Amino acid sequence: MADIATLQATARDLRARIIENSSKTGTPHLGSCLSCVDILTVLYFAVLRIDPTKPRDATRDRFILSKGHGAPALFQVLAKRGFYPESMLDTYGQDGGVFAEHPPTPDHLAGIEAATGSLGHGLPLGLGMALAGRIQQLTCNVYAVLSDGECNEGSVWEAAMLAAAQRAANLCIIIDFNKWQATGRSREVMALDPLADKWRAFGWNAIEVDGHDMTALLNALQQHPARDGRPTAIIAHTVKGKGVSFMEDDNNWHYRIPTADEVARAKQELGVST
Amino acid sequence: MRNAFADEMTKLAQQNNRVVLLSGDIGNKLFDKFKAVDERRFYNCGVAEANMMGVAAGMALSGLRPVVYTITPFTTTRCFEQIRVDVCYHKAPVVIVGTGSGLSYAELGPTHHSLEDIAILRTLPGMRVMAPCDTAELRLALRAAVAEDGPVYIRIGKKGEPAIHAQAPDLKIGTAIVVRQGIDVALLSAGTIMPEVLKAADLLQGQGISAEVVSFHTIKPLDVDYLAAASKRVKLVATVEEHGLIGGLGSAVAEWRAAANAATPLICFGTPDEFMHEVGGQEYARAKYGLTPGNIATRILAALSKA
Repeated sequence: MADIATLQATARDLRARIIENSSKTGTPHLGSCLSCVDILTVLYFAVLRIDPTKPRDATRDRFILSKGHGAPALFQVLAKRGFYPESMLDTYGQDGGVFAEHPPTPDHLAGIEAATGSLGHGLPLGLGMALAGRIQQLTCNVYAVLSDGECNEGSVWEAAMLAAAQRAANLCIIIDFNKWQATGRSREVMALDPLADKWRAFGWNAIEVDGHDMTALLNALQQHPARDGRPTAIIAHTVKGKGVSFMEDDNNWHYRIPTADEVARAKQELGVST
Repeated sequence: MRNAFADEMTKLAQQNNRVVLLSGDIGNKLFDKFKAVDERRFYNCGVAEANMMGVAAGMALSGLRPVVYTITPFTTTRCFEQIRVDVCYHKAPVVIVGTGSGLSYAELGPTHHSLEDIAILRTLPGMRVMAPCDTAELRLALRAAVAEDGPVYIRIGKKGEPAIHAQAPDLKIGTAIVVRQGIDVALLSAGTIMPEVLKAADLLQGQGISAEVVSFHTIKPLDVDYLAAASKRVKLVATVEEHGLIGGLGSAVAEWRAAANAATPLICFGTPDEFMHEVGGQEYARAKYGLTPGNIATRILAALSKA
């Protein structure tokens, strides 16, 4: 059992690094990154069966950040997990580098399973990987984090239906349900509610949790794979900009870049000194 | 052609356990033999082509060799972004097969015509674009495509297309096949229009013109070696395809010709900038757009008389 306090400390540190990097490199989508940090932390430090020294091992679990604009969070997580040195992140945003606003392909950065950025692609890709694992008789699981806004995309629901029809039990998605999309409340833009019921109606094992409660996340992830063959959808209720009081649930931080003063205040709130 | 496709897929599945077939809810019973080889490697992905393409890319990234099959507009224009991002950006070895290409399904109306597929897929980095002329070329194209390390698009016809090759030719991706040698003009054909092109060559022969007939089964990468050599030998080059004049084989050859400063005149036969709203079968549609032996021969003779 992973140590919850350690996971929480890891997430605090990651938040500080993500905020610093946003300020330093002018990278947006800070609110979207902060809402999924706890999910990524639990996955990468307590759930995924991966070996950073063997990023292409056939038996590994797969993770796809389908909400590709959360890449600044994923890049920090992969470095911390040991896929590449943290010093590599010093090249963030530099011309000719690999760290930008969205994940590159696996050919360009170790630890990445799929390039995303256009929404609605990660779940079909993940379903393909899950079915491939079954064809190849591997026991690997495939995980994907989607955003609530991403569920606007029809391809998400196409994949949802095929995954249920194929009883792709080794597929698990976590929806970072932070209640916002780029320009408005996600339940108002596209009538998203009731989100968990939608997934249940599509034949998935839907579990609702507090997406910032490490213990709850871990419990939900440990219920996967479902014994009845259904794929798993964890609806993680999150807060956009989570962890910094003046960013929480304020959609301006979808695009805003923090000032040096705001970075200092954020780190103070997070209790991260370096 | 689709029966040959199903048959060759079955053989490939027997020989290569990485081969997977994904179908967009078409080909009822067509793939029964494939399923008999290994049911776990056949997926009816339903009427959801965007997802189907993403699933195929995910499989390819996991080491499999997926072949995606449905009616051409739905496996190309419908899911173009998935082809671009999931397949091509990842250099995923997905084989995309469009059936009923060009005007094969003329009577079904413009929703089922595909006169833009070569044009749009040709723009994608790393994508190879193929249009075999008969079942022999199709079988070889499929085999070559599955052996490739990157994406390949193959546009095929429907059923009952005549055989062009008496025996299996030597087919390599990107190398055109000379079907009939000639001296005066080179007729470059892409896809199932080939029988009409051969008849055009017969008509020209009757007028004392020796026409070389070439199967450009690969539009990308274009066989520039053939083009460079032929343009030095012949008085005129013509391209023929069941595809729009914008972006197809004709455009590809014109792009080469401009870049290479080739002086040999070029005539392109294809469909104009319009949707065919009238009712009609493939023969009607070909005639409407001048894709007939008579029209091809007449225009070539007129061009030669001016050359």
